Amino acid sequence: MAKTRSHAGRSIAAHAILITYTLIALFPVFVIVINSFKSRRAIFAEPLMPPLPGNWDLVGYQTVLKQGDFFLYFQNSMIVTVASLFFVLLFGAMAAFALSEYRFRGNLLMGLYLALGIMIPIRLGTVAILEMMVSAGLVNTLTALILVYTAQGLPLAVFILSEFMRSVSDDLKNAGRIDGLSEYRIFFTLVLPLVRPAMATVAVFTMIPIWNDLWFPLILAPSEGTKTITLGSQVFIGQFVTNWNAVLAALSLAIVPVLVLYLIFSRQLIRGITAGAVK
Amino acid sequence: MASRKPFRWHIGVFLAPAVLVYTAIMIIPLFGTLNLSLYNLEGQNRIFVGLANFATLFGDPRWSDAFWNALWNNCWFFLVHMAIQNPIGILLAALLSSPRLRMAAFYRTAIFIPTILSFVIVGFVWKLILSPIWGIAPGMLDAVGLKSLFAPWLGREEYALTTLALISVWQFVGIPMMLIYAALLSIPDDVIEAAEMDGLTGLSQFWKIKLPLILPSIGIISILTFVGNFNAFDLIYVSQGALAGPDFSTDILGTFLYRTFFGFQLQLGDPHMGATIATAMFAIILVGVCLYLFGIQTRLRRYQF
Repeated sequence: MAKTRSHAGRSIAAHAILITYTLIALFPVFVIVINSFKSRRAIFAEPLMPPLPGNWDLVGYQTVLKQGDFFLYFQNSMIVTVASLFFVLLFGAMAAFALSEYRFRGNLLMGLYLALGIMIPIRLGTVAILEMMVSAGLVNTLTALILVYTAQGLPLAVFILSEFMRSVSDDLKNAGRIDGLSEYRIFFTLVLPLVRPAMATVAVFTMIPIWNDLWFPLILAPSEGTKTITLGSQVFIGQFVTNWNAVLAALSLAIVPVLVLYLIFSRQLIRGITAGAVK
Repeated sequence: MASRKPFRWHIGVFLAPAVLVYTAIMIIPLFGTLNLSLYNLEGQNRIFVGLANFATLFGDPRWSDAFWNALWNNCWFFLVHMAIQNPIGILLAALLSSPRLRMAAFYRTAIFIPTILSFVIVGFVWKLILSPIWGIAPGMLDAVGLKSLFAPWLGREEYALTTLALISVWQFVGIPMMLIYAALLSIPDDVIEAAEMDGLTGLSQFWKIKLPLILPSIGIISILTFVGNFNAFDLIYVSQGALAGPDFSTDILGTFLYRTFFGFQLQLGDPHMGATIATAMFAIILVGVCLYLFGIQTRLRRYQF
């Protein structure tokens, strides 16, 4: 009897802590989104009121959509993120397969070489990266960003994916070899589909920093035509700092896409992590 | 095994794209930057100056004061993360991993959301909330009768850095939570059952059984926090600008590097001094990572299940 009660008490305490923290985590996002739908006066007078018919106003969104090149920025961010993600996953999985599947001289050394990038941030090479991009004529192109983000994402991708690929059964691959599949077919048709949860984990961990990065867009591609949405909203906030409706609407619009992507991937994410990615 | 096999081209094909991109975009520029720190401009020509740039950085008070200020601020930034972010992350993960907890998936998803937001959003939201003008924070403190506690935290030298560190903790607590959560889930049930047989439950079970088992994960998180913090830039830049105000009190190595490299207001950008600072940061991170790898990780006991 006493035991059940203490158990219930503990469970209530656990929920209380978790709910408190969830509120702390979500509160700022909530504040932004509700206020973006309100009139200017209501934003100032009652910042915590939800949007109601009395204070409902979409003027912020109208300003943003009319004024900024938000669709262009959004498209740039999309192109950069999706292309980098594609190359990170493809190249990373290929290298991880080579490292985990074959024994060859220099295997361990190659693994360590590629893992170096997990610890040493690519930003420290910025000075030379900029000089290189200038001489290659790639400044203010999305290609420069895609190249940098691919290099940035690869170390972690190789590390996580090779841990996973070690767990794919050898029997399966050997059966494929007996059936006469080439090593490439074995990789693309047998192994890749089996490591999908790990790919999702890598995708989330790669995607978030790319989408949110301010450093490289600011340095490598600050021109009007190549701004990403993160840089675009930063500049927009700077210009419209007193137009609260527009700023709040811009922030809400910047939250939505990454939130949607996260919710799509989140189920896979925890499965990928728990299946041994970070032991 | 492969004593007489022909050369296996496919290994090269699998490795080549990753190794090429990684080497060309990451490793070569990294060493290029280290190399650049040994040069400086003489008129129009780039000449080799040896360690003169480092002598300037550490010897010239105009540079060294800024550098030590940034380094010290960075250390404080890191300490706040270690002291607050990681314990909260472990606590949340421990709560989430308790069996029979309802809505665990909801909590997990919700608590991770700040981590996916960009610094632009995070910096601005907190500026709005803490702003004395719009003032959600003063209003809320007023509601519980603590209005006197309110101060413009981001605008005061003595609070600004700590406030920013706490904002960063708010944003990134999801990462230690997720990693520790995964580590806790991977503890086999027999170990927990054996502990329960011996009468260990609840808190004592956590301290005596689970915590030693997740120590390696805590080690990894610490080093990731270290690398992340000594490389941080965005949050400070977004909320305080490149000048890291008020009066450089929130200046960390990342903003110092940016200002030096690109210049600001009246000061011109200087790629050579920028490279010198980047090299110093590289050395700091390398020392930290090596201390961890050789001093801590080798002493951690790993358990294989």
